[in-house]
Amino acid sequence: MGEEQIKNLEAQFEARIARDEKIEPKDWMPEKYRQTHIRQISQHAHSEVVGMLPEGNWITRAPSLRRKVALLAKIQDEAGHGLYLYSACETLGVSRDELYEQLHSGKAKYSSIFNYPTITWADMGAIGWLVDGAAIINQVPLCNTSYGPYARAMVRVCKEESFHQRQGYEIMLKLANGTPEQKAMAQDALNRWWWPSLMMLGPTDAESVHTEQSMKWKLKRKSNDELRQQFIDQTVPQADILGLTIPDPDLKWNEEKGSYDFGEIDWDEFWQVVKGHGPCNKERMKARVGAWERGEWVRDAAMAYAEKQQKRKEKQVV
Amino acid sequence: MSTTKNWPLWEVFVRSKNGLEHRHFGSLHAADAEMALENARDVYTRRNEGVSIWVVESKHITASNPEHNGEMFEPAQDKVYRHPTFYELPDEVKYM
Repeated sequence: MGEEQIKNLEAQFEARIARDEKIEPKDWMPEKYRQTHIRQISQHAHSEVVGMLPEGNWITRAPSLRRKVALLAKIQDEAGHGLYLYSACETLGVSRDELYEQLHSGKAKYSSIFNYPTITWADMGAIGWLVDGAAIINQVPLCNTSYGPYARAMVRVCKEESFHQRQGYEIMLKLANGTPEQKAMAQDALNRWWWPSLMMLGPTDAESVHTEQSMKWKLKRKSNDELRQQFIDQTVPQADILGLTIPDPDLKWNEEKGSYDFGEIDWDEFWQVVKGHGPCNKERMKARVGAWERGEWVRDAAMAYAEKQQKRKEKQVV
Repeated sequence: MSTTKNWPLWEVFVRSKNGLEHRHFGSLHAADAEMALENARDVYTRRNEGVSIWVVESKHITASNPEHNGEMFEPAQDKVYRHPTFYELPDEVKYM
């Protein structure tokens, strides 16, 4: 294809997106669109998969059967979300194996929040309430993104995510209204998860390198700072209902703006964790890679069995 | 890395209730058809989304090429006479 022709195709492509048309896997697309989508969708899938690890820690320690079945169901959903997203990503011409390889080698990123430890049961509450809450704010606009398979996966994910947040908030509610020790445990979890949850919505607009292009492709509909403000404004009243204090002395309602002012985010911490120096980066990858490697003989055995059955069937036909 | 082959890709179709058609829900990897069905149940019908599942290995699907959409689909565009509104009838004619 000549340069002129590609430019022409690109212009047509951008116009289709501007008209709110969806792009489907076999449609022509600029290479940069394909690469950006592979990067974002796979990061999203990896986050779902790694996101199971901090919660897996508490399945055997859940305080009641009710909490245990809910946590198990939530973690199973996250595996499901990872699978929807990997499938969507594979439609762009990358294989599942390549995607896993990128995750396991550290080449691909996943959401930094999962590199924090889950040290008490209240962390299950705070994760559901805050981490899933921030994820919902990030994900809802993606239900209308331009790439069809991604948008369809996100519709399913968002439908299921609301249960995650409610089960988390219910855990917090129970603890906050429990004994003084339980309330203190809930407060401690809020203290530790609040700032990382704000960071989850991404670097400030001034620092965000992908925003402009992503807006054009509807991979993003609101900027990181707008999403963060929305998250804070809707979460503060929820903390009030719990009777817990958000660990930010600068947090104050701004009547003029009609939203909350908030304190400085420690972006050094954010970048440290992104670069692999968070409290649990190594542990998470070790658990993930270990599970993958220990499962290899099972995957191989299943394939060998399938091939044997297939051959037997072919023989019977002859 | 594994020396054996990777699990192939399967497309999953789910009938959400009797009376409706099976609809494409997504895809997954599985070693064989039986495992594809079991995985499809866990991945796509955790909340009563279906009463019947079809799985087909993706390589068996033949798809039209969007680059040929012109010759494939445009001929239908100028055949307005295939639609009832093409025919002009007096208003007095009822039940038609």
